[in-house]
Amino acid sequence: MKGGVWHRTDLLSRRLTPFLLTLMLLILALVPFHVPGLSRVTPLLPLIAIYHWAVYRSENFPALAVFIIGVVQDILTGVSLGSFTLVFLFVYGLVLSQHRYLAGKSFLVVWLGFAIAAAGACLAVWVLTSSGGMGIAEPKAALFQYLLTVACYPFVAWLLLRWQRAVLEAA
Amino acid sequence: MKTNSRSVSRIAAPIKSLAQRFTYMALVLAAVGLVVLGRVDLASIDKARDQVTDAVTPILNVLSTPVDSVNRAVQEFNDFVNVHGQNAQLREERARLLQWQAAARRLEAENRVLRSLSNFVVGPDASFITARVIADTGGAFAHSLVLNAGERAGVRKGQAVVTGDGLVGRVAGTGRRSSRILLISDLNSRIPVLVESSRLPAILAGANAALLSLVHLPPGGVVEVGDRVVTSGHAGALPPGLPVGQVVAVSENGIDVRPYIDRDRLEYVRILDFGLNGVVEAPDRVAGGKKKGGRRR
Repeated sequence: MKGGVWHRTDLLSRRLTPFLLTLMLLILALVPFHVPGLSRVTPLLPLIAIYHWAVYRSENFPALAVFIIGVVQDILTGVSLGSFTLVFLFVYGLVLSQHRYLAGKSFLVVWLGFAIAAAGACLAVWVLTSSGGMGIAEPKAALFQYLLTVACYPFVAWLLLRWQRAVLEAA
Repeated sequence: MKTNSRSVSRIAAPIKSLAQRFTYMALVLAAVGLVVLGRVDLASIDKARDQVTDAVTPILNVLSTPVDSVNRAVQEFNDFVNVHGQNAQLREERARLLQWQAAARRLEAENRVLRSLSNFVVGPDASFITARVIADTGGAFAHSLVLNAGERAGVRKGQAVVTGDGLVGRVAGTGRRSSRILLISDLNSRIPVLVESSRLPAILAGANAALLSLVHLPPGGVVEVGDRVVTSGHAGALPPGLPVGQVVAVSENGIDVRPYIDRDRLEYVRILDFGLNGVVEAPDRVAGGKKKGGRRR
C-alpha cells in the first residue's frame, strides 16, 4: 500500500511540473539582470511555456493552471489586473482548438503557430494596458518585446521538451 | 475490468470534455471580471496584490542576489581595466566639482542670511530607507520594480524613490516586507515638475518608453534642449527639487525628457520620507477634516 501512495505522489508531482516550471519561468523573467536595454523588452517567458504545454501536454496543464499563472503575472508585473490572465487564457483556448492541426507537426510549424499566437497576445495586452492606463503605451517597445519572445521560443521550448521526455513521459 | 473501464471512459470522455469546456468559459469570465475589477481601483484588490508580491519576495530575494554578485564582479573587472582612463576623468571632474563646491558654499551662506531676513519656514528634514531592487517587472507593458523593504521598514505608499542620479519613481504599494515602485517612465506616472532654469511648471508623463514627455506647460512657455527638469513639490506628494531628467528634444510632437536614472542599472535605491502625505492619504482621512493649512506659505 505504501508503494501505491508513493507511486501516486510521484505521479502527481510529475504532473504538477508543467505548472511549476511555468511559474518558475514567470519569476525568472522578473529577476533584474542589469543587461542594458533588456528590462524594457524582457521576453514573455510564461507565454512560451503556456503555448508549449497547451500543444504537447494539455492533459497535465488545465485551464485553471493558466488562470493562476495569468493572475500571478498580472500582479507581479503590475499591469492592470486581468490583462495577462485574459490573454493567456485566449492563447490556451486557441491552441486547444487547433490542437488537431498542431499535434505532430514539425517544429517550424509549431514555432510559426507561436509567432502568430504571440502577435495576437502582445497586441491584446498592449490594447488592454493602453485602454486601462492614462495614455497610450509606446508600441515600439511592445514590438521589440514580441520579436524577442518569438526568438526565445526555440531555446525555452527545447528545455521544456527535454523535461517532458525525461520526467513526464518516463512516468 | 479492462473492458469495464473502457466503457466507462467512453461515456466519461464527452462529459469530461464538456466539463473542461465549461471550466474554461468560467475562467474566461472570471478573467473579464478581473479586468473590470482592476479598473475600479479597489483598496482590497491593492491589498491582495501586495500580499502576493510579499509571498514571492523571499524567492526573488534569493534569485536576484547571485545575479547582483555576478554583475558586481563584471563591473569590478571593467573598472580594473579602465582604471587609467577613469582616473583622468575623475581628476577632471574633481576640478570641476571644487568650483561647484565654492559656488555652493557661497550660496549656502547667502541663503542662510536671506532666510533669516524673510522668516522662511524650512521644510521637514528627510530620512531615508535603502532597499535592494529584487524584481524589474520587465517588458513594454508596465514599468515597475519590487524592492525588498516594506511596511516593516517604514516604507509608505506615495514616498519618493531616488538614487544618486535622480528620481526613480514612487511607491505604489507596500506589503510587509516588499514594496512596489511605479517608475517615472510608466504609462500611469504623472509627476509635477519644474523646468529648472525658467521655473515653468509642467507635468512629466511616462508612456512605457525610454523617454518621458513634458506636458501641460503654461502657454507661451519656452523650453530648450538641455534644460534640467526637477520635481516641483506641487500636490505635496513629492519633495521639491529632486532632479528628474534633461530635455533632449523639442518638436511639434512634444518635448522629450531623458531621465537621469538608468533602469537597467538600478540595484540599490533610497526611499525618501519627508513626512508628506499628499495625494496618497487614505480616502476617509482626506474626507475627514481638511488638511492643516500650515503648508501654505
